[in-house]
Amino acid sequence: MGLALDDARIKARAVRETRQDAFFRATLFAAATLVLLVLGAAAASMLWGGRLAFQTFGWDFLFSDEWDAVGHRFGAFVPIYGTLVSSAIAMIIAIPVSFGIALFLTEIAPAWLRGPVGASIELLAGIPSIIYGMWGLFSFVPLMAEYVLPWVNAHLGAAPWIGPLFQGPPLGIGMLTAGIVLGIMVIPFISSVMRDVFRTVPAALKESAYALGSTTWEVVWKVVLPYTRSAVIGGIFLGLGRALGETMAVTFVLGNAHQLSTSLLMPGNSIAATIANEFSEADSDIYLSSLIALGFLLFVVTFIVLALARLMLRGLERRDGR
Amino acid sequence: MSRATGMRYRRRRVTDVVAKVLGTGATLFGLFWLAWILLVTLGNGIHALTPRIFTETTPPPGGDGGLANALFGSLEMSLLGVLLGAPLGIAAGTYLSEFAERRPAWRETIRFVNDILLSAPSIVLGLFVYTLAVRTVGHFSGWAGALALALIVLPVVVRTTDETLRLVPNIMREAALSLGVPRWKVTVQVLYRAAAPGILTGVLLGLARISGETAPLLFTSLNNQYWAPNLNAPTASVPVVIFQFAMSPYENWHALAWAGAFIVTVFILILSVGTRAYLLRNRVEAAS
Repeated sequence: MGLALDDARIKARAVRETRQDAFFRATLFAAATLVLLVLGAAAASMLWGGRLAFQTFGWDFLFSDEWDAVGHRFGAFVPIYGTLVSSAIAMIIAIPVSFGIALFLTEIAPAWLRGPVGASIELLAGIPSIIYGMWGLFSFVPLMAEYVLPWVNAHLGAAPWIGPLFQGPPLGIGMLTAGIVLGIMVIPFISSVMRDVFRTVPAALKESAYALGSTTWEVVWKVVLPYTRSAVIGGIFLGLGRALGETMAVTFVLGNAHQLSTSLLMPGNSIAATIANEFSEADSDIYLSSLIALGFLLFVVTFIVLALARLMLRGLERRDGR
Repeated sequence: MSRATGMRYRRRRVTDVVAKVLGTGATLFGLFWLAWILLVTLGNGIHALTPRIFTETTPPPGGDGGLANALFGSLEMSLLGVLLGAPLGIAAGTYLSEFAERRPAWRETIRFVNDILLSAPSIVLGLFVYTLAVRTVGHFSGWAGALALALIVLPVVVRTTDETLRLVPNIMREAALSLGVPRWKVTVQVLYRAAAPGILTGVLLGLARISGETAPLLFTSLNNQYWAPNLNAPTASVPVVIFQFAMSPYENWHALAWAGAFIVTVFILILSVGTRAYLLRNRVEAAS
């Protein structure tokens, strides 16, 4: 009784190990807290760096379309507009295509094909942004300028209502091209979330619907999609977050032009592309501060979008019991 | 079967077939872009690839040269980024999975923030490191570049470590703890051993992700035309050189940009396909 614990050496060892455990736990805790600090410090440092621009221009910074490096007048409206429009085009392309891919990978394709095709689509996410940009500039832009945009201009440009969106010279670079490239880039993110959540639908639910005589499409549209709705929206928001912050590819194909234009065929600018293009040219404090303030805006917008995405995906994880 | 029911049945069949055709078409659409991008990059790159790429530094406008300094700079900064980001990520992931049971709210907050950091635009992290490590020091440097890359590796490794450790069966923890082994030893000697393939995958995925990163390096390591192994100076990297050269009007600069794109793409393809195969093999072994 108590023989082992009376041994002084064992006691000392127990004390030492408790201390080591406490130290280990504290180290890990500090590392985890660092993750939180990084995000907080990133936001704070950009707000601090952009304070000169926010103070000087006030709300005008958001709503003015003036971007005059010589006269030191900066307004973010053109880049904000470009970011929103190019991302909107991207989502119009990426959402239906991603849904189709998820449908193919969960219901249509034979089992042996699902793995390789899914992995190939995911490779699209692994290709760096700069490669998309180079391919876009040297292969995709000439093709758009030569074949696609003249056709768009001739046919859609004459259409009522939407006509003005598609009128303009076929430069190749511009909002439409940037939106298409962005769309391709976010397809793998949205489709892999959709595929993963479609797989979580209990087989009993789907089989019940099949047993009642439903077609594959009816099962997906009326059983799978309602069951996974919030996670699917979460996946779409995740893709939107990516599209909003995408930098290099857009920098190559958007045209870096600070002008507002109704036409999607005209060059424009986005928040991320403006920062990437002009950072090395920023020769005055107010110029640099305006670029960092743009970064802060981008951070706030993507934070909100990504936070919504995570909240919507979380509901599914909880139901899944994870 | 009445005529109306027959019509309705037909319409449902047609909708189903149309949906399947469109789904297959969407997949082909995705694969088409992948094939096109890879063919263009690899095709143009292979023609531009010469031994000089690896032996000479980046040329002045119009001149001839290679990418040696950029390749070395990328290697340096990426390895440093992983060496800095991976241990921190593994530690944070371990905390989330193993040591946070008494603070569930704190744990979920960090998981949430980490997930946001994972998808946050890298350009934002670049700007952050610029204000942190470039503005304060007064000049661009390779160290700042490595720091920015480390911040991109961090959330990838946190996530994979957390997820892999959670997959380790509880019975292993209980068996070790019941022998009186302290928790840090259980973690390091039992759990890490069981989770090693998954954690390694996370680290390699992080490396794959940063080896093509451009935006954060524009504000941190900038570029350097000369051979400069000193990380305290502006440092060239392959992605930034690709950006600079592809945007230039010179033909031979374009060729060098394609060669750089080739090297980066092949490296990333090997890393991601290799990791996938490695993970698949380990999973099969664990199951059998």
